[in-house]
Amino acid sequence: MAAAARGCAGVWRRACQRGAGGPAPRGQRDVSCNARSGAVPAGKSGLAPWVPVVGLEIHAQISSNSKLFSGSQVQFAAPPNSLVSFFDASLPGTLPVLNRRCVEAAVMTGLALNCSINKKSLFDRKHYFYADLPAGYQITQQRVPIAVNGSLSYSLCIDNKMSQMVNKTVRIKQIQLEQDSGKSLHDDTRSQTLVDLNRAGVGLMEVVMEPDMCCGEEAAAAVRELQLILQTLGSSQAVMAEGQLRVDANVSVHHPGEPYGVRTEVKNINSIRFLAKAVDYEIQRQIEELENGGTILNETRAFDSKLGCTVPMRDKEGKQDYRFMPEPNLPPLILYDAKSLPANINHQQVVNIDWIHERLPDLPSVKRAKLVERYGILPEHSFTLLNEDGLTEFFENVVKQTQMKPKKVIGWILNDLLSYLKQHSLTVKESPVSSCLLADLLNLLEKKEISSTAAKQINYCPLDKYIR
Amino acid sequence: MRALRFGMWMRIRLARALLTGPTRDPAPVRQQPPPQQKVSVEVLDHLEHLALVDFRDAEGVERLQKAIQFADQLHEVNTDGVEPMDSVLEDRCLYLREDDVTEGNCTKELLKNAREKVEEYFVAPPGNIPLPKLEERETFLQGS
Repeated sequence: MAAAARGCAGVWRRACQRGAGGPAPRGQRDVSCNARSGAVPAGKSGLAPWVPVVGLEIHAQISSNSKLFSGSQVQFAAPPNSLVSFFDASLPGTLPVLNRRCVEAAVMTGLALNCSINKKSLFDRKHYFYADLPAGYQITQQRVPIAVNGSLSYSLCIDNKMSQMVNKTVRIKQIQLEQDSGKSLHDDTRSQTLVDLNRAGVGLMEVVMEPDMCCGEEAAAAVRELQLILQTLGSSQAVMAEGQLRVDANVSVHHPGEPYGVRTEVKNINSIRFLAKAVDYEIQRQIEELENGGTILNETRAFDSKLGCTVPMRDKEGKQDYRFMPEPNLPPLILYDAKSLPANINHQQVVNIDWIHERLPDLPSVKRAKLVERYGILPEHSFTLLNEDGLTEFFENVVKQTQMKPKKVIGWILNDLLSYLKQHSLTVKESPVSSCLLADLLNLLEKKEISSTAAKQINYCPLDKYIR
Repeated sequence: MRALRFGMWMRIRLARALLTGPTRDPAPVRQQPPPQQKVSVEVLDHLEHLALVDFRDAEGVERLQKAIQFADQLHEVNTDGVEPMDSVLEDRCLYLREDDVTEGNCTKELLKNAREKVEEYFVAPPGNIPLPKLEERETFLQGS
């Protein structure tokens, strides 16, 4: 489950300080980086400081009815191999047919991330052998992707109290359209793999970020913001638990002024919390290794969430050669804008960048700014409101129905209601206290008909009758 | 013999195409093809791993050499300032499909092709079965 902006920063700092999460390397140090300089100061060993470098590759499953190149349905948890067409199974004689909705989703995402949209982009084949890739290659966009050179702004709180937020930016190298692979279920007892191709061919947007981040906290905050943006656009539901958002982290360390160190790739990260843990662990591990005179191998490591550490992944046969080649069955993808739109074209066959741009919804950063301006709440509050699904609506509904000032209402929402929900592991939608109830309660409080203590009690025991 | 004639034919076609091009430049300097290199055992082994092909014997390797030589003729054409063409479809329109569910639900048919299945799953070996290393293989490449 995605952590709230407050929870995220708080948890990582505490986790680092407490050394929680399994076998920590010897001589453990706090890797929560100084938000200003990004360097990890020299530890007890007194050696030169280390600069960690973190880059992310994120795969977001496109929210669409059908797959990227075929008409089979996109759905989580269906009977095995029931959502598979002949093309998805790579039977001979089948051809890819591009889904317009997937193109629109990628353009929306590119625009929201301030990218340049390539009016002409190309498809390529990336070859490798694996049981869940029936064709033996994946159709992707390696040479000329659909969007390039964007940026993502996110915020971190510097201290535990969430009173000081810092704005950071990470550059987006590119966004490309590509196919997802099927799923392999490993049956070690019978020494076989069971393959389900329901996921094979589902559209993905790969978002490649430049290595502008320096610790797990930054990586987690950036991914959280990207998740919110994707969910706001509707281009992806981005639920990590259902595999709709997958993150691979590239981590390396070096001394200031020296060239970048050897990087490792960390995979198998299943939540935003684990992302921060995995990145921080890997940074620590690399520093330890290098300070002990060892070397870092350019390898792929998996994050073991139970042990809280990264381990080398088995089954890596040296450096892969993907033998990229142009996809011979697909012409270039041409996108238009208001200026270049040809006059007599079939509109169903056209993706108009300007048309999509005009219809972009308010992005999270804009929504937060509006909340702060309209209700006079603090920026940190707006972060928490947007982080919990449905909380903003709840808050606005209460404000509409009560005379209490929004600045006071927010306290009740964030301190009382939210902590109650968290304690009982409830979502806002499952809240036993509705916005009307809370509004009534706050009105009574404002009119001084009940005391604050009584109000809190009533809030916590919604099944008790209360007197209007 | 046929290969040689085709080579000649191709050269003539290329020359014609260049001469009748829009810029009407004088015939471009014909560059020499690169010197013929023997394909090393390491490269052959690498290719066998990548593409899961089996060169089988010396004749197979010789055929590969000839194919490379044949393709090297492309180097004779001066392509300075010319955009590469990567698909003969580059002028075609890429058809965009509506996002409707029109396929799927043919599990039985798909599984008919499977030699082994477990409850509607395809069955595969536990991982990629690695090709044995060159030294361990009984291939003529060892002796090369």
